[in-house]
Amino acid sequence: MATKRSITITVNGQQHQSEIEPRMLLVHYLREILDLTGTHIGCNTSQCGACVVLLNGEAVKACTVLAMQAHGCEITTIEGLAPAGELHPIQTGFWEKHGLQCGFCTPGMIMSSYQLLKDNPHPTEDEICKGLEGNICRCTGYQNIVRAVQDAAEHMSTETSIPVSTQN
Amino acid sequence: MELEVHINGVIEGLDAVTNESLLSLLRREGYSSVKRGCETGECGACTVLVDGIARPSCVMLASQVGGCTVSTVESLGSAEKLHPLQSAFVEVGATGCGFCTSGMLLSAFALLQNNPSPTEEDVRDALSGNLCRCNGYARPVQAVLRAAALLRGERVEPLAHPTVSVDEVSSVATEQVASGESGKHPILQTSAAASGSGGVTTKIPVISAQMLAPSTPVVPAPRTQLHVIGTATAAHHAVKAVTGKGTFAGDFEPRKMAYARVLTSPHAHAVISSIDVSQAKALPEVLAVLTYKDVPRTPYARIERTGETSLLDQYCLDYVVRYVGDRVAVVVAETAEVAEEALRLIKVEYDVQPAILDQRRAMEPGAVRVHAERESLGIVDAERNIATRVRTEIGDVEQGFASSDHVIETEYLVPAIQQAPIEKYTVTTYFDADDYLVVRTNSQIPNYLRRTLAQLTGLPMRRIRVEQPEIGGHLGLRQHIEGEDLCALLTLATRRPVRLEYTREDEFRSNHVHQQYILRMKTGVRRDGKILASQMVVFADTGAYGTHALTAQSHTVHALALYPCANMRFLAEVLYTNHAPASLSQTYELQHEFFALESHLDDVARQLEMDALALRRLNWLQAGARYPLPLAVGASRGMNTIIDSKGLSTCLQLVEEKIGWKTKRNQRKNDRYRRGVGIALGFYGEPGVLPGTSGASIKLNEEGSFELFAGRSENGSQLTTYLTQIAAEVLGVTTEDILLHAADTSSTPFENSANDVVSFYLNGSAVKKAAEQMLRQILSVAGRILNVLPESLKINHGIIKGAHGMQTTLEQVAQHSLYVENRQLMTTSFWKGQTFPMTFAAQGVEVEVDVETGGVRVLNVVTAIDAGNPINPMLSEAQIEGDVAQALGLSLSEEFFYNQDGVPLLKSWSDAHVFSATEMPELQTYLVESHEGSELFGSKAVAGLAFYGVAPALANAILNAADIRIRYLAFTPERILRAIHAYMSRKSA
Repeated sequence: MATKRSITITVNGQQHQSEIEPRMLLVHYLREILDLTGTHIGCNTSQCGACVVLLNGEAVKACTVLAMQAHGCEITTIEGLAPAGELHPIQTGFWEKHGLQCGFCTPGMIMSSYQLLKDNPHPTEDEICKGLEGNICRCTGYQNIVRAVQDAAEHMSTETSIPVSTQN
Repeated sequence: MELEVHINGVIEGLDAVTNESLLSLLRREGYSSVKRGCETGECGACTVLVDGIARPSCVMLASQVGGCTVSTVESLGSAEKLHPLQSAFVEVGATGCGFCTSGMLLSAFALLQNNPSPTEEDVRDALSGNLCRCNGYARPVQAVLRAAALLRGERVEPLAHPTVSVDEVSSVATEQVASGESGKHPILQTSAAASGSGGVTTKIPVISAQMLAPSTPVVPAPRTQLHVIGTATAAHHAVKAVTGKGTFAGDFEPRKMAYARVLTSPHAHAVISSIDVSQAKALPEVLAVLTYKDVPRTPYARIERTGETSLLDQYCLDYVVRYVGDRVAVVVAETAEVAEEALRLIKVEYDVQPAILDQRRAMEPGAVRVHAERESLGIVDAERNIATRVRTEIGDVEQGFASSDHVIETEYLVPAIQQAPIEKYTVTTYFDADDYLVVRTNSQIPNYLRRTLAQLTGLPMRRIRVEQPEIGGHLGLRQHIEGEDLCALLTLATRRPVRLEYTREDEFRSNHVHQQYILRMKTGVRRDGKILASQMVVFADTGAYGTHALTAQSHTVHALALYPCANMRFLAEVLYTNHAPASLSQTYELQHEFFALESHLDDVARQLEMDALALRRLNWLQAGARYPLPLAVGASRGMNTIIDSKGLSTCLQLVEEKIGWKTKRNQRKNDRYRRGVGIALGFYGEPGVLPGTSGASIKLNEEGSFELFAGRSENGSQLTTYLTQIAAEVLGVTTEDILLHAADTSSTPFENSANDVVSFYLNGSAVKKAAEQMLRQILSVAGRILNVLPESLKINHGIIKGAHGMQTTLEQVAQHSLYVENRQLMTTSFWKGQTFPMTFAAQGVEVEVDVETGGVRVLNVVTAIDAGNPINPMLSEAQIEGDVAQALGLSLSEEFFYNQDGVPLLKSWSDAHVFSATEMPELQTYLVESHEGSELFGSKAVAGLAFYGVAPALANAILNAADIRIRYLAFTPERILRAIHAYMSRKSA
């Protein structure tokens, strides 16, 4: 049994202190230790993007980050994107524009879209496709996902405040 | 701390907290076969083997087993390869509800390791630390002896094959009984399930009414050949039970569960003048605290039956507390320990009120009102604390008494007891991914729960799903909302899964209790013994709330009807007191009525100097007569029931013979130890049309098996086995082909049976009807396959046969309908309340009274039940033995005491004095087969009936032995001795 290390991570605004094995991946830490199962595992090789979360506000693939590496950092998962009982404009966009079918890639898509819109609040269709190229979807053909992000961009820019739980 | 433990042969490194019990560690690690029944080392449900020695894991620290070998029942054997002990438990029907089974198996295993050839006494001793409330220990003992013989390499008598028909079996005569009445020697037959089992005396003779009738030749009645009904099919959940896989309410844990604890009242009656929860809320890891300030004051009932007058007198949380143990506040926290700590930080000031602690005081002028609030609805007379009242009368009772030669009046008291199933009350509520509120509980009222919780939480019914796991003993204590409302409100407040699990002490203090009954009997008789007028007046304590006030007394059947006469009166006042609310029996609440009636009958016989049985035979309810009493409550439901059962006289004849009435009745001696025998009768049924319905759905699977959606979850009454047997019988398959899904409001049809008897008939009939429809569909598809008329086809063992050897299989029918006709065969059916046949019983007890100490030893209990054509004789008998064990507790030891402030004095199993394996007397149980009976293959419910006759038979036996009449249960040595002293001083005076 490897020696355990103590880490402190703030996830969705809540601080967690845990004893973990150094080799544990961030995605396993989130799913198994914190029971945040909204972050999905699609490939374990950083190709599909189903596990995207925000690390200090930047989208990362949680299957290629060690939990140790997130020590002292702030993580936002799909569960923390909007306050309980509310939806973030990106989530509303995916709902309204039918940006999902089976729903497995959706949390990763939404977290990547967040990064995209943060960097570029008014993206073109091409820029949206470029921004989401690390997220694979087998159901939708991406058409409605692009529309969902466009819808979100429209609403986020017209709203006075952006209700994102992690303010960086 | 880190521990290295060999669990079931695997070395595991485990983290344990210093003060953690071994039980907690094992359950946390997923060994859910280790059950939590008390946490005080008394019930044995958590037994494991530590280095080969059977120990209760709840009173061992996890840290004590570092380096030890721990074995749980998972290591004994698997469903594919059962250990001989496990198979013996399955084969002889020793599993009951299954909650205590794992512990029993391990205690037995440890015994057999050290003593491969145990005697029955050795086995009982080894199992004495494992309490069981379902089966009276006879079957587990039999199973252990059978397994021991097998393990020694001996040949044991094979048990019957599950598909032997009753007719075949009943042609084998094995034993002879002399009939007391006729002087003939009719033949007593041993049924399939009775065959050998290591020499234990638990046979299941099946006797037919004709056999005991004078000069009737033994001819089995011509009947349809049955294949599954009437066989000793293993219990539906037996394999799960013996491998520890039974899933009870505490065996399932959603992620991120939080734990609730309830703060309860220390006073019998008080008003909360102030309550401060700020410190409790501030405690780290406390998630929410609720008091009456946080919930609306909506009156509700813990079981609100529709279609009847509702009695709504309870509140989720209230500022008035009405019994010691009543709810004051509820806390939810990350762990149960933190929640418990938070309870201590809640500051409550009580304005203590006078309390009513005896129902005889409830109606007195100036008595305090238990329900003074205006919001409550449906109370008959809140001023005089009368929750409800029942009156039913025929003829002119006063005139009847006036014209009698003798009028005998006596008063009886049946004290409070608690049924105390081994599994504790447990509920978990959570929101699932679809945002439905899921309620997983061992209260067995899923549809009532759904409706009431919708009212209390404000959620629409569609967003509430109630799932019923298996229940570790129902016994009448799981027939109301106990804490589901609080748990659901906490899940709503925190959005977290929340579990509320009682401790054993909580069960005794806060949960419902069979409350005290006082009964006054008055009978007018002619000199020759003919009853001319009879009256029973009942004062029932319903406790602080009328949870079952309407159901307990207002069922349609009353004991008094056993001896019909022209002038009869039944009165009951159901009174509020400051005791815990009254619970219900698993079946009909008649045990107190029969204690009074059947004790009283012996008093009447004594006065007339008449044989007690002759008096009964002269007056009893006979086949062909109408049920005599008008229905009291809901009388508009009509009544014209003719009693069609002829089983009672056979039952009595048999018990009279078996208990040795003629020889032992008149052998009075003056020794210190005096023996006597007593007999009592009992019956139940539904003379009126009762409200209630139940549905069943069946679908045929591609491989020829059936999915059956019906019924209630298994609770020890073996309903699930009966339902699979019924479906298998109709559909011509074995019970393995029937996959039963019960008790989930999202998939199972509606079902609202009031008790296990109603549920037997309603669910059984619904399943039978749905299966018959399915059979018609199957035969019509088969007809199309074979190109013949469906009417010419018959199904047997899954094969559909026509004339000239043509045949097809269920699998072919299924595939033809799915892939050629493009439809799946599915049927749905329902059954609404009808009158049910009466079931009668006779019970005899032989006792030995020690006149110097007052000690009573029960030597033998004989029970004969008119079971119609029993669906499963083996399991019916196990059920009866369990009822007798509980009745012995009620009669001798389980009295539930309160102190002068209304504080219950029972806190643990050792206070409750439940019978253990070593304390049980010899049990003889006879299922008397009668061929009238129900449309359900002529079978009748037997659950709970054997609970009625034991106490009065015991009272009559004590009267016979020592010439003392005790009219107050329980027959403790103190009470007997006091009666003996009073008798002696009366004699010398």
